[in-house]
Amino acid sequence: MTELTHLTIAEARDRLAARDITAVELTDAYLAAIDAANGALNAFVTVTPEKARAMAKASDERLAAGKAGALEGIPLGIKDLFGTEGVHTQACSHILDGFEPRYESTVTQNLWNDGAVMLGKLNMDEFAMGSSNESSYYGPVKNPWRAEGSNLDLVPGGSSGGSAAAVAAFLCAGATATDTGGSIRQPAAFTGTVGIKPTYGRCSRWGIVAFASSLDQAGPIARDVRDAAILLKSMASVDAKDTTSVDLPVPDYEKAIGQTLKGMKIGIPAEYRVEGMPEDIETLWRQGIAWLKDAGAEIVDISLPHTKYALPAYYIVAPAEASSNLARYDGVRYGLRVDGKDIADMYEQTRAAGFGQEVKRRIMIGTYVLSAGYYDAYYLRAQKVRTLIKRDFETAFHAGVDAILTPATPSSAFGIADEALAADPVKMYLNDIFTVTVNMAGLPGIAVPAGLDGKGLPLGLQLIGRPFEEETLFKTAHVIEQAAGRFSPTKWW
Amino acid sequence: MSVDLATVKRVAHLARIAVSEDDANRMTGELNAILGFVEQLGEVDVSGVEPMTSVTPMAMKKREDVVTDGDKADDIVANAPNSDRNFFLVPKVVE
Repeated sequence: MTELTHLTIAEARDRLAARDITAVELTDAYLAAIDAANGALNAFVTVTPEKARAMAKASDERLAAGKAGALEGIPLGIKDLFGTEGVHTQACSHILDGFEPRYESTVTQNLWNDGAVMLGKLNMDEFAMGSSNESSYYGPVKNPWRAEGSNLDLVPGGSSGGSAAAVAAFLCAGATATDTGGSIRQPAAFTGTVGIKPTYGRCSRWGIVAFASSLDQAGPIARDVRDAAILLKSMASVDAKDTTSVDLPVPDYEKAIGQTLKGMKIGIPAEYRVEGMPEDIETLWRQGIAWLKDAGAEIVDISLPHTKYALPAYYIVAPAEASSNLARYDGVRYGLRVDGKDIADMYEQTRAAGFGQEVKRRIMIGTYVLSAGYYDAYYLRAQKVRTLIKRDFETAFHAGVDAILTPATPSSAFGIADEALAADPVKMYLNDIFTVTVNMAGLPGIAVPAGLDGKGLPLGLQLIGRPFEEETLFKTAHVIEQAAGRFSPTKWW
Repeated sequence: MSVDLATVKRVAHLARIAVSEDDANRMTGELNAILGFVEQLGEVDVSGVEPMTSVTPMAMKKREDVVTDGDKADDIVANAPNSDRNFFLVPKVVE
């Protein structure tokens, strides 16, 4: 018998429905796995065993009564960015010390309404700012993957590093994550998991701690494409509480899996072939093109001329929005307070002690580019460039391209406390070079594992789709998954 | 464009983040590295281009002008570091 924690969501769903296993057994198996592994991996910042068992027991009752929801009894991990009522919600920042909201985010409420079970909250970069999970107040997460013959600890990527590591190490059946510049897709690529950032407006942002509101989107990280489709169906909704939530019905994404690619046009953008890209990634990209061609898709070369400006424009827009969103942490309404000699000093001391280095850096950049005299030169120009980036994609889609295939990341997972990256923040930012364009244009993007590099570490490919055509991404990613196979780390922890 | 130490201190104060002399020195270098990186946007011809205000082509939704929430004073102060009878307490601001 397969270990319970190794079942996919689809498999567990069938076994639960057949009453072959119980939700309590499944939940207990995951709680035991977390107990055994979390000391080494640090993927969870809080585990909620009592809540999980109570939810699983209720699931078993609904299963017995024939009233099962779409995710009945499926144990999930939740990124610490999602507000969960009465449970640790700190965006892995010290400034939200002790914060337990009195409300539930729309996305997590949707999951519970469908019968899912919460195992706990997952580690992440502080306020989702980072590409390595090293900016967390709770310390770095270790990637369950190691290079062949090496015992060097690698990062799981970020910001959703805890989500990706927990899914890859079989500590939860699936996880929620968020993506502002690549925070779902980059960690998915680094851990051999599947991650989708849906179209901006598909998942409600209500109750999720805000980083950059015009870029933030929630999505799932899962073990395979089908599980990602199942999770997104439950996470997505039309929500009156988020004015950017789009009034479109949520399709049954799982139905797209297995559909033919015949007649589809896949664009290959010349600008994603960057200088210094490892040969392994170039090879994998060509392999991906061949797989899609074999499946009946037509491959066309396209140009997205403003690609190289997406990352610099992002590093104006995202910090500007962050500096405004993070102004609320003032030591008055929630979280940490450090006393000062007067109220202004109390604000300054609280924020100095509560925010980590990367968050401070971004607040400072945002404050500077929005300050009097600099707004037009930086922020306004960046928003104009953003229009051009979106226009590049629109031109390609207008010419008949259904989806765009690119590498997900410019490298495989790197070491924890990498000195070159620590010394130069811009070098770390370059991790998001292939993913950030998608956020700037509000498009859906999926990262799917496609192979291993020479060191035996997973690499992912990214598919970018038209707005609200996530189904196209699921069916295309499934073809890559069928051709590439699935990848699991060798257990060392 | 680049920032000097005095500008960094001014911005830190605008952002309400206390910085030591060492912090400010380190941040000056880091911020200049980032500003140097974004400088390349100057190459882009943006004449006649509208700045993006909404990434999805939709009008901002408006809700009915009715009360749908409220009466939650206890919930609102529940996480406050210092509160008294549903007031947030802060250091004295008026002499």
